[in-house]
Amino acid sequence: MTKPLSIRTVVTVAEATAIDAVAKQAEVLIRSDRVVRGGLSRIKESRSFLLPALHALQSESGWISPGGVRYISELLQVSEAEIYGVATFYDLFRTDRPIESDYLAHVCVDPLCSMTGSEELLTDLKKNGQESERSACLGLCANAPAVFFQGKQCPDYAMADGDLGPSLQTISKGDQLLKRVGRIDPTSLSSYKNSGGYEALSIAIKMGPAAVIDLVTESGLTGRGGAGFPTGAKWAAVAAESTDVKYIVANADESEPGTFKDRVIMESDPFALIEAMTIAGVTVGAKTGWIYIRAEYPLAIQRVTMALAKARHSNLLGHNILDTDYSFDIEVRKGAGAYICGEETALFSSIEGYRGEPRSKPPYPTTSGLFGRPTVVNNPETLINVLEILTGGVTKYKSQGTPKSPGTKLYCVSGDVHEPGLYEAEFGIKINELISLAGGPTSATQAVLLGGAAGSLVEPEHFNLPLSAEATQSHGVSLGSGAVMVLGEQVNILDVIIRVAEFFKNESCGQCVPCRIGTMRQHEQLLQIKQTIDVERPNIELLRDIGNAMSDASICGLGHTASTAVQSAISSGLIWGSND
Amino acid sequence: MTDVHNEAAEILIILNGEEVNVQKDMTIREASSKMMVDIPTICWSENLEPANACRLCVVEVEGSKTLVPSCSRKVENGMNISTASSRVKASRRMILEFLATANDLSQAPEITNLFDDYGVDIDRYESPTRISAEVKIQDELYVRDYSKCILCYKCVDACGEQAQNTFAIAFSGRGYGTQVSTEFDVELPESDCVYCGNCVAVCPTNALQFKTEFDLRDASNWRPEDQTVTTTVCSYCGVGCNLELHTQDNQIVKVTSPTDHDVTNGNLCIKGRFGWEYVNWVEKKSH
Repeated sequence: MTKPLSIRTVVTVAEATAIDAVAKQAEVLIRSDRVVRGGLSRIKESRSFLLPALHALQSESGWISPGGVRYISELLQVSEAEIYGVATFYDLFRTDRPIESDYLAHVCVDPLCSMTGSEELLTDLKKNGQESERSACLGLCANAPAVFFQGKQCPDYAMADGDLGPSLQTISKGDQLLKRVGRIDPTSLSSYKNSGGYEALSIAIKMGPAAVIDLVTESGLTGRGGAGFPTGAKWAAVAAESTDVKYIVANADESEPGTFKDRVIMESDPFALIEAMTIAGVTVGAKTGWIYIRAEYPLAIQRVTMALAKARHSNLLGHNILDTDYSFDIEVRKGAGAYICGEETALFSSIEGYRGEPRSKPPYPTTSGLFGRPTVVNNPETLINVLEILTGGVTKYKSQGTPKSPGTKLYCVSGDVHEPGLYEAEFGIKINELISLAGGPTSATQAVLLGGAAGSLVEPEHFNLPLSAEATQSHGVSLGSGAVMVLGEQVNILDVIIRVAEFFKNESCGQCVPCRIGTMRQHEQLLQIKQTIDVERPNIELLRDIGNAMSDASICGLGHTASTAVQSAISSGLIWGSND
Repeated sequence: MTDVHNEAAEILIILNGEEVNVQKDMTIREASSKMMVDIPTICWSENLEPANACRLCVVEVEGSKTLVPSCSRKVENGMNISTASSRVKASRRMILEFLATANDLSQAPEITNLFDDYGVDIDRYESPTRISAEVKIQDELYVRDYSKCILCYKCVDACGEQAQNTFAIAFSGRGYGTQVSTEFDVELPESDCVYCGNCVAVCPTNALQFKTEFDLRDASNWRPEDQTVTTTVCSYCGVGCNLELHTQDNQIVKVTSPTDHDVTNGNLCIKGRFGWEYVNWVEKKSH
């Protein structure tokens, strides 16, 4: 049976125009008569515009049409099979049929939103004729339930608390990293400057790169994404590389369920991120920066893009910034719905126009990162810490937190508390103090899920656990991204764990066997236990074997942590009420 | 002088408790193989770059939080490596169980032969979701049965920049739904495929096979033990590719090229791979 030739539809004028607009912006409108594909450097460069080209096509047509794929193939010199492979990797690209009307609703069904009725919301939306799909966490956990509306020829927008439009108010409290959030106009450069903005860049330029690296190293700043790598060491490693081409990448693909700190920073203080990246660029000798923002954050993308234009206009980006010899500019890349792209090497693959598959480490990004070049990759929270260190000084910075975890941390508190939101507090704050800060629990707390889906369940008897890297580590848990999901008495913990397992099954990239099949088997096993209600003798041994293989033999952090929450629920006795 | 230079290029590792000197640019797998230590693998092959995908070759390296893939990780001075620790064996067992519960491995003896060594027990999985796919027969040269496909990357890499530079197939989908596919899953003759057969040659599970083999298997007449292999040189052009003609009952049933051959690295083009029909035809005539 041959498929009908009609699948080879030609590109429409509107599709071609939309794709050309992206390509023109990127100056890759170089055509050849024949699709050459392999090898040549020009072709590899063109390939990095694949993701923007696919976004243009999806947005114009409501799907990744075969005609559009052929057009992009000829434009970027990437084969149609590969483009199809990239498009089908992402949740927000449709390859089988167009979005029916103006919007496709992506309804978050991760634990927090499920607890607040998102499954019912999904049913209602469908009943009302709104085309809707289940979605992973949308980073609006403090305003659950959340929906992301993906537009066809209409701008995307997010909805939370039943509120339409881009007026999402997440409670945010803090006087250092969050000092400007909610207090300045995030669209105004002068508003940013009037509140201390761009002081840090001036200080950094005066100090010079070596002194800045020393300062960041001395501060003890570590990465805020979960791995906790010393930022100073990372910057020093990239600065020491002798090559001309280096990159700064801001990993704003914040997708860890329960995490929304980087969204708040980008929406409410976008210039801070830009300033911090500029300092990183000047310091390590990089001329180009990339901000990779998940597509589910339309307001953040809009604010950051606008801020970039204003910074460029004021000579704070581009050639000879502030009339110095330094040049630095930043490009925004929009993700397309894939948790794995928050893994730093998967993020590089995604920007380069490949499937978002992680790479083997070593080599590490500091020697071979984006496009194979030395790369600093930090998330927005880590980066804006540098502003505090430069303006406030190391002594003040280190006077906060604990000796091994200096500074403050952004905690995303969600779930069964009176005031879910983003709270800045020193490292070492205890879980129960944090819950109080968020207005206290709304019901007797069963546990908190600390660190998101990749994190662990902590029971109330351990709520005096200080939240620092060293204390959580010695307790056998991880602070992760700073997500603190409070689970009240009405929550079915097994259901939460099953949803976490489903999340990893959906988000595994599929590259390595342990994670691709292990996440599937783990989810199946939990579902079977629930269905048979065999609570007396659940097959814990098999679950443990699956978990060990994933954490030991997978390529990347996704597989390594895909069983953490499940195993913590079993060992703590929170499911099946047994400690053995 | 030469000796000094060679010594400088050597480093000391501890392999399963024994101190050995090995060349410093080797992978753990290469070093182990030199010391006659066998490490199982599925996705590695000598004519392709390591894909790091199957993870069967993982070994334990002291100081490393997770196991490391021996196919791609380079040895380092002082590295303490265990290739068969209980942790290593536990992961290998699970990888084999995962594959056995997902795929049809009936034509992958190199994988199933490992089951006993690692204590594989698939009965402990209750009705696991298997990879099911209809057999794709879209031409007279290839058969694709993706229920056998373990996603080792070999065919995609051989079709792409590691051999053929055709890029007719790629990975599509994500997670458990990942599969090897043409664009929009169009049939192979409609795709960019040039029928070099290099994808079929590298497939470790017979998910890809030549139609000749498929038909003989279908007729229960595929008898590798009765086949002879004759090495010759392709007569179509001046490159000089070595051909291995697999014959059964005096008929050519398959053509391969040695993976360690300087010219081909195991790769051929459509002419060398499939342009032998006339030989069988002449044979028929002469009888």
